Amino acid sequence: MTNTLHRYGNSSSFHDDFILFCIPSPGKNDLGAVEKQKAFLRVCAKHNPVNMGNGNRGSFKPERHLDPTSHWNRDLSPDWEGVIEGVSKPGTVAAVFDSKEKAEACLREVIDADLGLSVNMSTSVGGAKEVAACCGIPRHSVEYSLGFRDPHDHLPNSQVLQLSTMCGHGMVSFNMARKMLDMVREGRRTPEQAVATLARFCPCGVYNPARARRLLEEARKQTA
Amino acid sequence: MLIDVNKCVACANCVPVCPMGAIYIDPDIQRATINQDECVECGTCFRGMSQEHLNPTMVRTVRKIARLFRFRFEPEPDVCPTAAFVMNELPMPRLVRQVFSDPVVEHKSTGIKGRGTEEVKTNDVNPRVGLGEVGYTIEFGRPGVGVRFRDIQEMTLSLARLGIEFEEKNPISHLMTDKATGTIREDILNEKILSGIVEIKTRLDQVEDVLTTVEDVNRRIDTVTAVGISTRCDSEGEEMRLAAILEELGYGAERAKTNLGLGRLTNLEAA
Repeated sequence: MTNTLHRYGNSSSFHDDFILFCIPSPGKNDLGAVEKQKAFLRVCAKHNPVNMGNGNRGSFKPERHLDPTSHWNRDLSPDWEGVIEGVSKPGTVAAVFDSKEKAEACLREVIDADLGLSVNMSTSVGGAKEVAACCGIPRHSVEYSLGFRDPHDHLPNSQVLQLSTMCGHGMVSFNMARKMLDMVREGRRTPEQAVATLARFCPCGVYNPARARRLLEEARKQTA
Repeated sequence: MLIDVNKCVACANCVPVCPMGAIYIDPDIQRATINQDECVECGTCFRGMSQEHLNPTMVRTVRKIARLFRFRFEPEPDVCPTAAFVMNELPMPRLVRQVFSDPVVEHKSTGIKGRGTEEVKTNDVNPRVGLGEVGYTIEFGRPGVGVRFRDIQEMTLSLARLGIEFEEKNPISHLMTDKATGTIREDILNEKILSGIVEIKTRLDQVEDVLTTVEDVNRRIDTVTAVGISTRCDSEGEEMRLAAILEELGYGAERAKTNLGLGRLTNLEAA
């Protein structure tokens, strides 16, 4: 259930955005898939991902009983173990990496693990092709994104779009992305705090905090 | 989705959270209020915000005093201080809003959470798109705009006129009363959802017709679309044919989802 295909940006803006996900197919390879998906996530966790998710929650997660003192000391660290142990039924699990090298190293180990589940990579067209070639595997199928078509001018500026479309289910609203951009520019939040806030809205755990932090830094200094 | 007026303190933290912009502070009642016609039941406010369980009277009093002195409290922006959101049971046809908009709700028709199906993500074990074939995912409404089923139907009717078959295991196909014409159930046409995905498959030589139709219909319907277009690579892992067509038609494909071919049929082994 990861719709990681349509992220706003050109291919060079995905140099720090590599998503690996595995998915079983009902009736084909879903028996025993839960343990295999946990194994996949354990391999991913060893290669310093920036986020992971199991379809129900990501490594940045909202809290149902927040302590009021947390306004001053909110936990910004990802919870890998919670994501791994939270896999309860066959579905899509995913890990996000901020470099080609990390994604490639992880994929090599996933290949060695021979889990038998379908594994996909979502990034620039060329990025995935390079990683597959480096790992010595031929690509099986490819789905290209043709980008967003907006003939009625509904969409906001590129900074907001880049931040909000990293949640493929649209849970990161334009207004929230805009608010975080403003709070960082005004010095009311650090980029790390703003990124954790945005990532908590993405229940699949495919939001890329590293890319978001870079985008917020660029927006703050207007270097993009 | 509902807001408990006895709990809401009108802090407005939830206002920017809503992907549809459907939440506002009603000045008459001084509470956050949901425009139910615009709400797509995605659950972002209920599930995405962290919750405190503070006493509403106490919070309102503190806020009144702070406002009197024009103090600015900087709360965490993704917190509902009194856990005021209530996820209510939804009857049909409103239920379709939640089923299509809330990513943690599973579609009964596909067994997959979210709006789509396996697409080519499992093409290595469950062949759906073969060599010389093209799969399409035509997504409506995302990001941040939403779409009504009547607008999706505009597209499905037009695609059906091209003689195209809709993917059987797809949530929108499941809601069609006539797949040959692309007609969708009458009772849900006015329902608004955050995002919906129509899936079809054609031969390579039909790509231009399909994409031209999608662009034409998109100009007539008041939403955004995003097309994913997929095919099978050759035995060397190369894919030149579809990429060349897209380039010729002026589509620059910056991003892709790539199936790396590691899947295999293991259920028999497991059994």
